[in-house]
Amino acid sequence: MTWVSAVVHGILLGGIYALLASGLALMFGVMRIINLAHGSLALIGAYMAFLFTEHVHVSTYLALAAVLPGALVVGYVLQRTMLERSLRAGQLVPLLTTFGLLIVIANLLQYFFSPDVHSLDEGSIGTASWRVSSSLSIPWFDVLTFGVAVVVLGGLQLVLRFTQLGRELRATAEDADTAELVGINARSVYARATAIAVATAALAGVFYGMRSSFDPNAGAAQLLYAFEAVVIGGIGSLWGTLGGGIVLGVAQAVGAQINPEYFALSGHLVFLAVLVARTAMQAGGIRLTLRGVG
Amino acid sequence: MTAILEVDALDVRHGLLQAVRQVSFEVAEGETLALVGANGAGKTTLLRAIAGAHRPAGGRISFEGRDITSLAAHRRVKRGIALVPEGRRLFPNLTVEENLRVSTAARRSGAWTVDAVLEAFPLLQSLRHKRAASLSGGEQQATAIGRALMTNPRLLLLDEVSLGLAPVVVEAVYRSLGALIEGGATIVLVEQDLARAMGVADRVVCMLEGRIVLEGPRGGLTREQVTEAYFGLRRGATA
Repeated sequence: MTWVSAVVHGILLGGIYALLASGLALMFGVMRIINLAHGSLALIGAYMAFLFTEHVHVSTYLALAAVLPGALVVGYVLQRTMLERSLRAGQLVPLLTTFGLLIVIANLLQYFFSPDVHSLDEGSIGTASWRVSSSLSIPWFDVLTFGVAVVVLGGLQLVLRFTQLGRELRATAEDADTAELVGINARSVYARATAIAVATAALAGVFYGMRSSFDPNAGAAQLLYAFEAVVIGGIGSLWGTLGGGIVLGVAQAVGAQINPEYFALSGHLVFLAVLVARTAMQAGGIRLTLRGVG
Repeated sequence: MTAILEVDALDVRHGLLQAVRQVSFEVAEGETLALVGANGAGKTTLLRAIAGAHRPAGGRISFEGRDITSLAAHRRVKRGIALVPEGRRLFPNLTVEENLRVSTAARRSGAWTVDAVLEAFPLLQSLRHKRAASLSGGEQQATAIGRALMTNPRLLLLDEVSLGLAPVVVEAVYRSLGALIEGGATIVLVEQDLARAMGVADRVVCMLEGRIVLEGPRGGLTREQVTEAYFGLRRGATA
């Protein structure tokens, strides 16, 4: 694989990270919750699609028609029954709650589906690719995944910008107490945000399951990549999340081009570099402000 | 006139501090009531308790004859109570128009639409697509009042609308309020500027250390009486 090929595949790989990270960014942006169970919720989506394909004998894409509404309901109920209570107890409690949820989901999946790896059928598109040159061919499935990520992130952006739900989400994110005073039910807004976030996680989980095999403990790794994409892209920014996913994907693909063992490591190093650079810039900003005042 | 708002023996606490003590009063439909008092008298706390932002420790709040004491703030807005909070509290990253439209969450129909608000506050017309954070104090205040009006309230609660504004801006804000009052709106106004409060209100309630120490119709109170009550020189009077 050439360097160009590595970059192109890295960009397309970024699509799946961005798709997974979009819900994480939404929940953090609206409720300031870092949902540590986000990757596990994505896995539930993958396992639900697996159930439908195995027992109802429908294609994975058709299974999404049942999985996504189910994920919306799960997200809504999760917020109203569990996260809402933990939010009232301070910032640390939601972190602990979602960490506990991550462990519970992993164990439940292991109990019901065994520790064995599973995978989802991506259909005929899974083997189709566009051959650009002798050293570069672009898999259609990767293009589809990237396209879905762009559509989901673009759709979320449009909803946030132009709809009443979007205005309510942004207003509640900025000041939940004042939002209540203009007639917004902040609890309902939070629940709807979580519903959307879990649905995008389930969608990402299904695409992840078609892309590679998964097991009950894969959630933590997926969470890590999603978290890195959110941080690289700038926390709370949806288009930034797509950028973050692409940077992470390219870093991993280029790292793997150097040595296949560097795939994950190179992504983590870029994440750390962005984190250090951003912290240094913020510290520089503070120094600048102090100089300005002084 | 029938009372639209009844507050009965209301107590509100901030932790150990009792900010409002056994406060009772009524507001009639179409009336403008001014709550005056020095800093820390409990005016803002009382207004926020009526709006649902503070849960009372005791007492009862009724609106249009129904007990709303334990009703959530957003449900009170749906019933027709709107608060313009102290410090405006706009959503800084939303535009002026978005700040107005967000209030349609209350789903109350009426005369107040985005166009009606922009007509009532002409200074906002050229700013409708600007972020609230970039507005001047007067522009923010106009937006905050417009945002409350967008809920088409039956009762408008205004908390220190002149605070931190230039005198010329305060004049403009009060001119707009005058038009609302003439239109028959029911208003409870918290104001530290006695002259202004007594200029627009039908009735004045003076608070001191969480209690009502003086109340009466504007014409039945002298400036000296209110000033004495304001500074704690006179207690327990009703004109």
